[in-house]
Amino acid sequence: MATVTLTGIHKSYGKTEVIHGIDIDIADGELIVIVGPSGCGKSTLLRMVAGLETITSGDLLIDGARLNDAEPMDRNIAMVFQNYALYPHMSVADNMGYALKIARRPKGEIAERVQAAAKMLQLEPYLARKPRELSGGQRQRVAMGRAIVRDPAVFLFDEPLSNLDAKLRVQMRLEIKALQRKLGVTSLYVTHDQVEAMTLADRMIVMNAGVAEQIGTPLDVYERPATVFAAQFIGSPAMNVLPARAEGRVARLANGIGIETGTDASGDVLVGMRPEHMERDPDGPIALDIRMAEPLGANTLLHGSLAGIAQEIVVSLPGVHREDVMAGSARFRIAPEACHLFDAGTGRRL
Amino acid sequence: MAGMVEKRGLSHWLTHAGLILGVLVIFFPIWLAFVASTVSQQDIVRPPMPLLPGDQFFENYRRALVAGVNAPVAWMLFNSMVMAMGIAIGKIVISLLSAFAIVYFRFPGRMLFFWLIFLTLMLPVEVRIVPTYEVIAGFGMLNSYTGLILPLIASATATFLFRQFFLTIPDELAEAARVDGAGPMRFFVDILVPMSRTNIAALFVILFIYGWNQYLWPLLITTDPSMNTIVMGIKQMFPSGDDLADWPVIMATSILAMLPPVVVVIAMQKLFIRGLVDSEK
Ligand SMILES: Nc1ncnc2c1ncn2[C@@H]1O[C@H](COP(=O)(O)OP(=O)(O)OP(=O)(O)O)[C@@H](O)[C@H]1O
Ligand SMILES: [Mg+2]
Repeated sequence: MATVTLTGIHKSYGKTEVIHGIDIDIADGELIVIVGPSGCGKSTLLRMVAGLETITSGDLLIDGARLNDAEPMDRNIAMVFQNYALYPHMSVADNMGYALKIARRPKGEIAERVQAAAKMLQLEPYLARKPRELSGGQRQRVAMGRAIVRDPAVFLFDEPLSNLDAKLRVQMRLEIKALQRKLGVTSLYVTHDQVEAMTLADRMIVMNAGVAEQIGTPLDVYERPATVFAAQFIGSPAMNVLPARAEGRVARLANGIGIETGTDASGDVLVGMRPEHMERDPDGPIALDIRMAEPLGANTLLHGSLAGIAQEIVVSLPGVHREDVMAGSARFRIAPEACHLFDAGTGRRL
Repeated sequence: MAGMVEKRGLSHWLTHAGLILGVLVIFFPIWLAFVASTVSQQDIVRPPMPLLPGDQFFENYRRALVAGVNAPVAWMLFNSMVMAMGIAIGKIVISLLSAFAIVYFRFPGRMLFFWLIFLTLMLPVEVRIVPTYEVIAGFGMLNSYTGLILPLIASATATFLFRQFFLTIPDELAEAARVDGAGPMRFFVDILVPMSRTNIAALFVILFIYGWNQYLWPLLITTDPSMNTIVMGIKQMFPSGDDLADWPVIMATSILAMLPPVVVVIAMQKLFIRGLVDSEK
């Protein structure tokens, strides 16, 4: 049980700064997902919390104590690594109990705690096995078990599911969420998968190039993205963003079409429209030349462009639509409150 | 593979015949040595040479072990054992530690030290034997186990091998150990060393034989027969003047000298082969 506070966390490798100041207050028991594209600094941020990387500047507080310079073992954290990092020569039980053994806990207590964690993770039949005799999913569980056994103040996960196949990933995702709920341990979870981020997070940090673009609940980020980057990173397929000129509550696209936006603005803006918010309407302002349709079953993705604008637009319609029915071109509308407006220069939400 | 095993044609038998012939050719001199160690001196010097074991087995081996020619062979075996074990264990401990330092610690001159160690790979014992002798003599270590072992104990090869192995161990493992609260030495003892055990076994076999077969160095620094090692001891058994060579005892000694390396290889075979073939994932 712990709160975690990051204030002005910076990280530089030599002269190159890779984290440009992250601030967040994490409440006790909260699950924070750090999400962003490859190389944006997610792992670096997590590893600074773990104590595996030094913090160049800023403060890390766990339960109010400044722990910038503490060794990992003195931070009362447990970490689950992407490649599990199980000790190959130790049995599952020894792997899980290793931290306790180092902490010189009595043998009986270690066995008891390992047993309890194994039960929680359905690992009991495998306690005597070596990691190489386990499947990927089981190894992943052992890595989680190793973290749970220690009963730490904070869990740190670095893309723990990225080596699993899609189906198992969904299952483990749910298990992690349930487990974290049950144990109520404050957690930081790194992923580049926005679905994982949406489903797991109490709040998420959307990172881009070492900057936190937005910190908020998944729905917050989805409904009110703070920047163009956050808008396009969260949500699938990605939000359509078109340059426009705002004239009061209307944004005029390059081809002259006006879209009602529900936001007062003027000058150069970017209009964001989620594919799933565009509706078919024979009288709608948006005329799409359909180039291709992708029927996914539950919905159908239409790829195309607007007359006079080269940029590709995606529309997602619920249900199955045959390409021939779509007849080459169709008109759409979008509700003003579903439009997002961003400043063309800064990319910030208006 | 299965096909190759199943094949029972002419070529199968020919291959086996070839292999058996090869084994016989290689084994024949050893057999002769064994035969010579079981007959009496007269049987050896009178042609033709006997090809079947005689009845002097116990007598010859007893004479070799307790009396020998210059020193009892039992004593020389013990000396060799001390030297070979000292070199094998010492080399492994030292190279494990130095590889650990080079791979896991960042200290000034790290690469310099690595290359210095690597350079010594190019200098076999024989090349540096004169200065080494000077040093050991200066320390007063002639005719001592320390003198036998110490100059041979640093091993660039083993350090290099362990370094390469440690480099294949993912960093995450070291980090996991750190998060678990293991200090550097704890990580070394609890994780690196057990993970290296097949490599250690393979090296142990190689280094034991290397130490056991040392000839030039013991010859130089042991003048006292009670400090002779067995491999040089055999050579010392040859008569210098007109004396008769006691062939049965010399041959018994040769056979005895072969046994410990063979035992080590057989005992470590499983780990040894695994260490050479694959590293544990
Ligand atoms: N030791 C280092 N020296 C210099 N630059 C580094 C070092 N480690 C990481 N970086 C840089 O820091 C940036 C962030 O790396 P980080 O590993 O945190 O990315 P990430 O968001 O975890 O990406 P991924 O999703 O691919 O794991 C990258 O641009 C990387 O090149
Ligand atoms: Mg990463």
